Formats: sequence, structure tokens, C-alpha cells
Amino acid sequence: MNERDRPILGARGLRKEYGRQEGLVRAVDDIDLDVAAGETLAIMGPSGCGKSTLIHLLGGLDRPSRGELWLHGRRIDQLSERALAQLRRSDVGFVFQAYHLMDELTAQENVELPVLLAGRSLREARRRAGELLEQVGLAERAKHLPSALSGGQRQRVAIARALANQPVIVFADEPTGNLDSAATLEVLRLFDALHGAGQTFVIVTHDERIAATADRLISMRDGAFVGDTRLTGGMTGRLGAFAGLER
Amino acid sequence: MQQEVVLAMLAKEPSQGSQLRARLDRALGPLGEAMNDGHVYVQLGRLERAGLVAREGPAASADHPGRKVYALTAAGHGRVAEWLSEVSWPKPDLAEFHLKLIAAAAAGLADPIDIVDLQRRELLRRLREVERAAMAEPDRSDAGLLLEGIALRLQADLRWLEACEQNWTDRRSNR
Repeated sequence: MNERDRPILGARGLRKEYGRQEGLVRAVDDIDLDVAAGETLAIMGPSGCGKSTLIHLLGGLDRPSRGELWLHGRRIDQLSERALAQLRRSDVGFVFQAYHLMDELTAQENVELPVLLAGRSLREARRRAGELLEQVGLAERAKHLPSALSGGQRQRVAIARALANQPVIVFADEPTGNLDSAATLEVLRLFDALHGAGQTFVIVTHDERIAATADRLISMRDGAFVGDTRLTGGMTGRLGAFAGLER
Repeated sequence: MQQEVVLAMLAKEPSQGSQLRARLDRALGPLGEAMNDGHVYVQLGRLERAGLVAREGPAASADHPGRKVYALTAAGHGRVAEWLSEVSWPKPDLAEFHLKLIAAAAAGLADPIDIVDLQRRELLRRLREVERAAMAEPDRSDAGLLLEGIALRLQADLRWLEACEQNWTDRRSNR
């Protein structure tokens, strides 16, 4: 397999169990997964199906009970705590439903923070944060605290922060779960632009609107994958019919 | 499209068919492509025969129907006012799909879950197309608002399909 075709992220027999004996729950049950570079993958399933646990395992926020996990050609399930923390800072980005921004820091400072934590200079952090806020359309809001921003704007700051250290992959857990319809469209537009620039995404969602715009949609039930669909289809020009204009 | 739509678009000011068409295109954006070019003229002809619109100004030649200026008659104004106050809402035909699943399962002709899956793929494909079009619209465009409505309806339909799948899966495992 040459470098370009190699998956960015690979999981083999990934499993996560909680409790023991009779109370044993297998939240993630022997999952195999390959995510290609530049792919946007959406994972859907009912509450409690294990999709959030899965994304935490994939992103190194939690450790699997069993199985192998490969990121960018490197096995990561057996890394030390220290190496795993380093990987979370530099190789992966996270976007959460509740944004998880630091309330006392401005938008700019929130995006600078991970760059500083990765050991870069303040000057470099400022430059990077400036670029990213520009990219997410919030350059004019750089000096605002999160409390002065709308939900959609906060999530865009959180997305900028996730991209701060040029991660090889971005994980998003219900990124539009707290957003209204218009703000959802803002986030869809942003993901689409980043996807166009080659960013790889794994998104766990209840939102069919995000799922429909992904390259690939996985359905999950009881800790396992029950469907894996490649979503394709260009424009048919039949939009009018969806609104009842052709009858 | 209902003739009342053409009638109401004319209420703003007396207009030529091409001006009406341009107004509809602005309101519908990419969805306007579904409309046949002659549609507005056919509707205007019908409305004229029904006495709801009348031609204004100098009689244009019959070869250039596009240059005729139409205006609402008093009856036309009345019909527009009536239409605006009507509560009409498109009815999604959920009963047909529901009965399809029941009939397929009862006769053992097809697996309801396969039917649901096929339907879901089609709706996801449509939702993808609608979202692509919505992303391309500028903020606060008229067409963007219509696309948002279509997206939200498709989302509701997909959620119902999810419930259908869950329900039919449970029935099968409890049999």
C-alpha cells in the first residue's frame, strides 16, 4: 500500500467494556474501521449505541479494553499517558456539542491556547489564531468573550481551536447538537470548506443534515456497525420537485 | 404551481409575463429550474379567461405574448385576498408508505426493513442535494429560506424512517 492510499486512522477489533461479570457492558464491540485521508465520515445511531465512546477511543481521550488503533501509520493504543497527551495536543482536533471554550478567554486567546500548549511562541500562536479566525469568518469577533458570541459563532471558534495545530484528523461529537437551523448551516458550510481543503473528519451526530453531507455514513447499534454507506450523487436539478413545484 | 401563486405575484403592480417569471426566479433560486418557461403564460391565459386578470394598455400583437401587460381585476384582487387567508399545508403521504410496509410484511413479499433502507438512501440523497444548494445561497436569500424548509422536512421524514426501522427490527426479534 503506498503512502497516499494508507488510511489516516485504522481500528482493528476495537472494544471497550465497562463493569465486570454479570454487569459487564460492551459499549464498543469489536469494531474495525478505516478512515481515508480527506474523508468526512459521519457516525449515527440512537443514544447509548456507543458512538460517543467510540469517538473518544479513536481520538485518544479514552483507552480501549482491547484491539488496535493506528493513527497516521503509528500504533497509538499502547502509548504512555504522556505520549498520548502529546498526540492529543498535536495530531488530533476535537469539537464538542457544548463548545468547551474557556469563558474567561477571548475568541483569539481560546484559539491561541493549544498552539502555546504545543510549545510554540506567543507570536506564532497569535499569527495562527488570526489566520484561523479569518478562515471561520470571525476575524472581527477575535476580541470577544464567548459569552458575547452566538452559539454558531462559539462553535466556529471551537472549530478554529480544533485546527490550531494542523491536526491530521478532527473528531466532532454532536457539533450541531446545540445549534438552531441557521447556525447548523454555518457549521455545514465551514466543514464543507475545510473538507474541500483536504481535512479529514469523523463526526458523531444525531443530525441528518450533517450526515447527508458526509462522504460516508456509518450506522451504529449496540456498540457495533450495522450499516456503512458511501453517500454520492450529484445534483439532479430536481430540487423543485422536493418543494412540490412539479406536479 | 397553483394559479393563485401567479395571480398573487401580479398583485404588486401590472406586469409582463417575463417580469413575473423573473420575480418567481428570484424567490425560488435554484428551485425555479423546475418551472417550465411557458408555465407562467399558460397560467396567465387561464386567469384571463376566468376574469381574474385583464390585459392593460395598447393591445400587443399575438406573436409577442411576453410584451402584454397584465393586471388584476377586482375579482382577481378578491381571489388573492381569499388565498392569502387560507390555511393550506402540503400533506406528506405517510399513510401510503406505512401501509406499504404493513402489506409487504403481511404477505411476506418484501422485507419492510429493506424498503425503509431504500427510502432512507433516497431521502439522504435528496437532503444532500438540498444542503449543497443551501450552502451555495447567500445569507438571508429567499431561496435559502425555502431550501431550509425542505431540509427540515426531509430531516423529519428521516427521523420517522429511523423509528420505522427500529419498530420493524423489534417486531422481527420478538416474533
